[in-house]
Amino acid sequence: MKILVCITHVPDTTSKIQFTDNNTKFDKSGVQFIIGPYDDYALARAVELKEQLGASLTVLNIGEADTEPTLRKALAIGADDAIRVNAFPSDSHFVAKQIAAIAKENSYDLILMGRESIDFNGGMVHGMVGELLGIPSVSPVMKLEIEGEAVKMAREIEGGKEYLEAKLPLIAGCQEPIAEWKIPNMRGIMSARTKPLKVVEPVGEEKATEVTGYQLPPAKGAVKLIDADNVEELVKLLKNEAKVL
Amino acid sequence: MSILVYIEHAEGSVKKTSLEAVSYARALSEKLSGGEVVAVALGTIDSDELSKAGHAGADKVLYVEDENLNAGVIQAHAEAIAQAYKQTGANTLVLAKSSLGDAVAARLAFKLDAALVSNVVELPDTAEGYKVKRSIYTGKAFADTSVNKEHKILAVKKNAVDLKTDGATASVAKVSFDIAADNFATKITSTDKATGDILLPEADIVVSGGRGMKGPENWGMIEDLAKELVAGTGCSKPVSDIGWRPHHEHVGQTGVKVAPSLYIAVGISGAIQHLAGVNSSKYIVVINKDAEAPFFKAADYGIVGDAFEVLPKLTEAVKALK
Repeated sequence: MKILVCITHVPDTTSKIQFTDNNTKFDKSGVQFIIGPYDDYALARAVELKEQLGASLTVLNIGEADTEPTLRKALAIGADDAIRVNAFPSDSHFVAKQIAAIAKENSYDLILMGRESIDFNGGMVHGMVGELLGIPSVSPVMKLEIEGEAVKMAREIEGGKEYLEAKLPLIAGCQEPIAEWKIPNMRGIMSARTKPLKVVEPVGEEKATEVTGYQLPPAKGAVKLIDADNVEELVKLLKNEAKVL
Repeated sequence: MSILVYIEHAEGSVKKTSLEAVSYARALSEKLSGGEVVAVALGTIDSDELSKAGHAGADKVLYVEDENLNAGVIQAHAEAIAQAYKQTGANTLVLAKSSLGDAVAARLAFKLDAALVSNVVELPDTAEGYKVKRSIYTGKAFADTSVNKEHKILAVKKNAVDLKTDGATASVAKVSFDIAADNFATKITSTDKATGDILLPEADIVVSGGRGMKGPENWGMIEDLAKELVAGTGCSKPVSDIGWRPHHEHVGQTGVKVAPSLYIAVGISGAIQHLAGVNSSKYIVVINKDAEAPFFKAADYGIVGDAFEVLPKLTEAVKALK
């Protein structure tokens, strides 16, 4: 059994988002980068499955050299080895093709990643890779059990969930509560330093999209406070000023 | 060149977000001067309900009546939409962002060799090339994205355009596609879904509660207000983590992202991760007894007060309005 977990290297959820170079580049100054929170759930579940099934676990990131500490953290959490495709992940088509190329080479039984990255929020890369590999893709998955060849899953839908059954090989986009995040222990951190991290060059250059500039949302005006004893005033404002009632 | 719109339905009704996607396609067709807007629906659904897609701007509705497509079988839906796309000779597919829509659109990107842009918030700028504005960093920023392919898939965020309601009734044509059995390899064994509730991502008004509600037994007050407002109900992450409310009600960076016209937050302090899930709302009302709660900085209207006193009064005031 071979498991691949794809992780993103993204700004911490508390980061203030700013841009530089005339709004064409993300401003990394003072920003802490982390494993994407959804990818972290996928990784945690993969570590559990590895222990349960005696599987091998590889982590993959498409990113430039500065993402290596994030990959090392994934190794500390429990992955056996890591692969970095040396390219900036600017376009989902490009990223999906890189993942598919690595997956074809190594024939993984199960590929997990977060339901979406928290920078570009597309939530599409798992489905794209599934199509490229010709295997089922399921997302967002909040429960995943493996029984022999069968994979039993719960997928979140609007207003509830649906339960699914599929066969390996499979690719899934994960979210909570599929597993609890794992915090690396000292032994994990020490061993991560010597685990293999392979760097490969990307295949192809074609990009379907290109970001030409960034914008921040307009600043919010000051809040209008209404006295707690005068809620009728709030209703009036919502009706006549905001026109939402 | 026509524009195809993938429309979803829930409990027999076409989803409102899908109708918004139809209106987006109509506006896009008008902007690019031409092109039929063709909506496509899969599963079993009343044809009167389908013809309503015309009011939202569709010229024609293709209907694949196949009960095997009722459930959201991702690969089979992708295959059916791909065939509809090729049959109509479309060059653009428009759909609403949703749990199923995302999963289906992703596979279609490679089936159709199309560029896929997600979280689209405006009509494309076609003055020079084809540029689409999309929401990124969970609503904390926008990216102008140029599209380099002839075929395009646009996954549209709620409220990207106003819903059109004055279009003509559309003609409904039944079509059938040959969908290979391996597209049904993933089986949906059961569904566990709240019925009758207003779905959170569809809701025009959302009322959310946080830890300030003190316990699940007090949620009746949230539900009463939501009922008066015909609103969906949500909650903060801690509330869903402790199990006071189900996970599908968790609004925030790692939960549901909402974009209603009005978001009412009760007893939620306003952590940055929660704000990320609501910052696309048109208006935000915050009710919190702590005047220093950070949420007030992101709000349009605020009441500093005890939720247990303010909520019943607010429900009464809304009732009195009718």
